[in-house]
Amino acid sequence: MDKHLIEFKNVFKTFDSDEVLSNINFHINENEFLTLLGPSGCGKSTLLRIIAGFESPTSGNVYFEGNDLSSIAPYERKVNTVFQKYALFPHLDVYDNIAFGLRIKKLDSKEIDAKVKKVLDMVNLSGFEKRTVSSLSGGQQQRIAIARAIVNEPKVLLLDEPLAALDLKLRKGMQLELKNMQRELGITFIYVTHDQEEALTMSDTVVVMKNGTIQQIGKPTDIYNEPVNAYVADFIGESNIISGVMKKDCLVNIMGIDMDCVDTGFDTDENVDVVIRPEDVRISEVDDAMICGVVESVIFKGVHYEMVIVSDDFKWLVHDTAKYDIGKKVSLFVKPFDIHIMKKS
Amino acid sequence: MKKLKIGSFFENIYLFLMFLFLYLPIVILMIFSFNDIKSTSNWSGFSLKWYEQMLSDESLLEAFANTITIGIVASLVSCVIGTAAAIGIQGFKSGKVKGIINAVTNLPMVSSELVMGVSLMMMFLTVKIPLGYFTLLLSHITFCIPYVIVSVLPKLVQLDNGIYEAALDLGAKPFYAFRKVVLPEIKPGIISGMLIAFTLSIDDFVISFFTTGNGVNNLSIYIYSSVRRGVNPMYNALSTLMFVLVAILLFIINKRSSGKGDSPVIIP
Repeated sequence: MDKHLIEFKNVFKTFDSDEVLSNINFHINENEFLTLLGPSGCGKSTLLRIIAGFESPTSGNVYFEGNDLSSIAPYERKVNTVFQKYALFPHLDVYDNIAFGLRIKKLDSKEIDAKVKKVLDMVNLSGFEKRTVSSLSGGQQQRIAIARAIVNEPKVLLLDEPLAALDLKLRKGMQLELKNMQRELGITFIYVTHDQEEALTMSDTVVVMKNGTIQQIGKPTDIYNEPVNAYVADFIGESNIISGVMKKDCLVNIMGIDMDCVDTGFDTDENVDVVIRPEDVRISEVDDAMICGVVESVIFKGVHYEMVIVSDDFKWLVHDTAKYDIGKKVSLFVKPFDIHIMKKS
Repeated sequence: MKKLKIGSFFENIYLFLMFLFLYLPIVILMIFSFNDIKSTSNWSGFSLKWYEQMLSDESLLEAFANTITIGIVASLVSCVIGTAAAIGIQGFKSGKVKGIINAVTNLPMVSSELVMGVSLMMMFLTVKIPLGYFTLLLSHITFCIPYVIVSVLPKLVQLDNGIYEAALDLGAKPFYAFRKVVLPEIKPGIISGMLIAFTLSIDDFVISFFTTGNGVNNLSIYIYSSVRRGVNPMYNALSTLMFVLVAILLFIINKRSSGKGDSPVIIP
């Protein structure tokens, strides 16, 4: 049974007169890997800083294990943070950095030794105890920052875009390691990122944010396959977003063409956004299809080609493993299941 | 880019003349402090007798003791107040407020020493604190504070604010976090500020002249009042010592700050 570890109730936050968080209501379960996803300035980091205690809500409450967080000072909270710029202590060596929190808890030196050794082993940096922080590479500093946080055995680990400064390959490796670490430690991870792929790869739950509001909360597959609005669809992956009119249940009209779909519950003749993923558009060379277009550009992307196909002034983004030359006339098909209808936002 | 040889020759000559003009009087003063007759124009032989005479002059030794104790206490106190002030200024979120307060604290540095001296004296008279050692000390603390602030503030600006939060995050109480994490990072600035304060304090004449009384002298006032009575090579010896002391301190300060890659400290 899932237990609500952290709960946000009607949380607002304003800086000067800017509202950065607006009526945030959601909860975080125990042992969950939750990602706050959104573009920069959407309030996701502020949300994290509220949990850590560096900011407090302008109004509303945050509960941690049922207790109101507002009365608990940052240094008394059972959370630890991995900062975006690592924030390692430059005048201390690796060992002293990791032991910082343990020394405050007044553990005896033998216990500290054992814990530091164990956690260094966990981040694959055994033997780095005496190194200075400045002698480490970005990736190694990142690992030390993680080690310094998890050695305190927090209930919740907060990660503020921890991989943003690493190169692509290192980032991919760390994504898997973080996920494994979370399973091994059995603690809650709250992860902030603007990288949708990172969010989808690692999370149990993704919270998509925009301008201080939560747009959608769900499993990665749900968010990807059933985005609630065009914003989420666009943010979570490349999409074709087309205005359409709902004719009746399971029938939508886009660009003058009636197409079968699987969505119901809209008013007759309601204006809607229709979202179609580029990989769901099929190309063929026959010209009896509903949509005909001309290939405008082709870019090789490794596994597939990314093509822009112009039809009635609309530019379709299409992913296909086969290549169609620029200027070629083609037809496009979309299966009813792959047509996602959303209320106009 | 390579400079023309002839240009660099004139550059060197100019530089040489400039330093000659600046330091020749001091060098002459130093040389004659070792003269064995009471003349400032004729050299008769090497001797340390003016230094001996200096060390046996009790009122001079008292003035020297005042200078040193005031220098130490003023630099320590202004260092604490200045550091706290710098942290306060850095803590202002609004850039406008920060700018105004910064400008106000910098004002004493650029305003005339005479103004500082007279205004401090007037204030002490108004609140009826008798002029003497205590008022001298208070004045020195006052004019040293801005220099400490100016020296500490850049270190605070450089400081990654994240490390203070990281310390809190790891369970440190605010003061512990400051002591263990912030202080080690800004320490070079604090020490430079303290050295500057000490140098300024032992060197100061104008402000001291207005704010002391009751027969309490520091070295610069002592020299000033003695020289008016007649030139004695003993004051050459004394001035030589003060110059060397200040020069050593300045050397240390500049070495410290240039070694860290900061802009060199300039003392007006």
